[in-house]
Amino acid sequence: MTRPDQPGSSRLGLGLFWVYVLLYGGFMGIVLFYPDLLSIRPLGGVNLAILYGLGLIAGALLLAVVYMVARSDR
Amino acid sequence: MLYETSPTAILIFAAFVIGVVGLSFFLGRKGQSAKAYYAAHGEVHWFVNGIAFAGDYLSAASFLGICGMIAFHGYDGFLYSIGFLAGWIVALFVIAEPIKALGRFTFADALDSRFNSRGIKLAVAISTLVVSVFYLIPQMVGAGDLIVPLLGLPHWVGVVLVGVAVTLIVVTAGMVSTTWVQFIKGSLLVFFCGILVALILNRGLVVDAGRDSGANLAPQVRTVRPDGLVLVDGSPQSREHDLRPVGTIASLPARFAGKKSTGPLGPLEYLSALEDSTIVTWSPTKRVDAEGTHVSYTAVERKGADLLKPGGYFKGLTSGKLADRLDFASLMLALFCGTASLPHILIRYYTVKDAAAARKSTVVGIAAIGAFYLLTLFLGLGAMTSGALDPTSSNMAAPLLAKSFSTTLFAIISAIAFTTVLGTVSGLIMAGSGAVAHDLLENVFGIAMTDHEKVRYGKLAAVVLGIVAMALGILFRSFNVSFLVGWAFNIAASANLPSLVMLLFWPRTTKQGITASVTVGMLAALAWILLSADTYEKVYGWSRDASVVPFSQPGLVTIPLGFLVLVVVSLLTPPPDRAVSRP
Repeated sequence: MTRPDQPGSSRLGLGLFWVYVLLYGGFMGIVLFYPDLLSIRPLGGVNLAILYGLGLIAGALLLAVVYMVARSDR
Repeated sequence: MLYETSPTAILIFAAFVIGVVGLSFFLGRKGQSAKAYYAAHGEVHWFVNGIAFAGDYLSAASFLGICGMIAFHGYDGFLYSIGFLAGWIVALFVIAEPIKALGRFTFADALDSRFNSRGIKLAVAISTLVVSVFYLIPQMVGAGDLIVPLLGLPHWVGVVLVGVAVTLIVVTAGMVSTTWVQFIKGSLLVFFCGILVALILNRGLVVDAGRDSGANLAPQVRTVRPDGLVLVDGSPQSREHDLRPVGTIASLPARFAGKKSTGPLGPLEYLSALEDSTIVTWSPTKRVDAEGTHVSYTAVERKGADLLKPGGYFKGLTSGKLADRLDFASLMLALFCGTASLPHILIRYYTVKDAAAARKSTVVGIAAIGAFYLLTLFLGLGAMTSGALDPTSSNMAAPLLAKSFSTTLFAIISAIAFTTVLGTVSGLIMAGSGAVAHDLLENVFGIAMTDHEKVRYGKLAAVVLGIVAMALGILFRSFNVSFLVGWAFNIAASANLPSLVMLLFWPRTTKQGITASVTVGMLAALAWILLSADTYEKVYGWSRDASVVPFSQPGLVTIPLGFLVLVVVSLLTPPPDRAVSRP
């Protein structure tokens, strides 16, 4: 938690941070322990390795925009 | 491969360099205070700073290294893209606003904001220099790689050219000119990479036209004799007798049966079609004997589906060895934790006016950087199948991909790649300059300086760092630039992140804890790297088996070690004086 007497990150920011940690950690977990899953093709004939990777990049941008909009008054 | 010098390329390249250096001289004509030199007055607009973040961060490793790694090894290069971008989440949600509020010119200012400790300043200044130097090496190597095909000059000339241009940019107007060079570079890089990807998708996938004769698949041997003479297939290398460009498609998916080309494809269609295609890649095999060093390149047909999943470069992912998997996990952890620990990125937060601007500029940075990393996948795969790859240089994949469309585009992309190096190196030199003049000379050694002298010493430090960068760029020329950047991220994450995070979130953190954490984290990461199998093999030329550490990437051990040292030392030392420690 952020110390009350210092400039810090918001509770929302830390929450979004942990959401991304879960997504990133989930990807690493699959790569390390269940690599065969990455070959399945869930969408458009493209495998999970690529879709998850593209999703992590797009997801970072999405979370960043959510954060900016939510904190736009500060 | 030997390259033909293009007058168009020289013209565009010269225009870029003269343009950015000229801009620096123009900006440098205005009077300069220390705040202007080190922090661009703290008045840079958040949008400009956001794009400058992209210009600062998207280094030669991102552009040349990742594209080359994808082109040569498939999906694994894209793992770098994922890790490099993920690090910005730490920067945005954890670091951005506090670091702006706590610091003034340098990263050491922020860590020392509550303590006024010479120990912290000294440790952080040294870690800033070490990280910056490790990050400088691949940038300079990339510059040299570019100059060979662009101007037909030796590798070292490119290194010296970048060193001189960057030193001029920094000493003329410091962070002001650095910001604008990075802004221009960031904009151009994303824009032209977007154009290149549009061309790749429009071309679609094309089967190698010379395949039917089989000539394009014959092995190629490059020999470097002890006297330096280079042979190709036993005869002296020349423009007429050179290695053939490689990287082609052997067959298209069944749905394109009877066709030599898919025609234009959408992004997902392109990836899907590539997965179902057969691609020709080239494996090098090295042999050394009395006649010289021979590298034999052999064509290997591989399924696209195999190239588009992890394991092509990180062999440990498929070897089943625990140490190999830990090596990969360690690298990805370092990429995630390293971005928000890089001194040249952190100092950009001091160029905006407040915490809100720091937050907004980070979001803009993530948008620009994220867009670029999405493009890298298509750039790398486009290069892999362009038939234009130089089998001896993965770092040239992106410019040669552009050359497969037109010489003019090659010239533009090469020139942009060159400005890519200029933007990042100028940021690194700025970070090092601040560490030497502001942190070490003024704050650690107590040399009293006027405002004017702070700027003068900063410029002097920039010149020295520029010379060091040139020397290192020449020494390390044979390395893949992404590989080298991984080291910088490991050291930055191990030395800097534990202190930064604990300072923000653990009130019991003491100055002794921070000093010990930075010192131990940096030295442990550095020692681990120097003792690793990768370094044994690629730097010392020794056997990998002689290495004394279990895997090459240290972050998995040294980042937690940094946290542990900080906690233990803080608990063993008197708690910080609350009256003093409040910001």
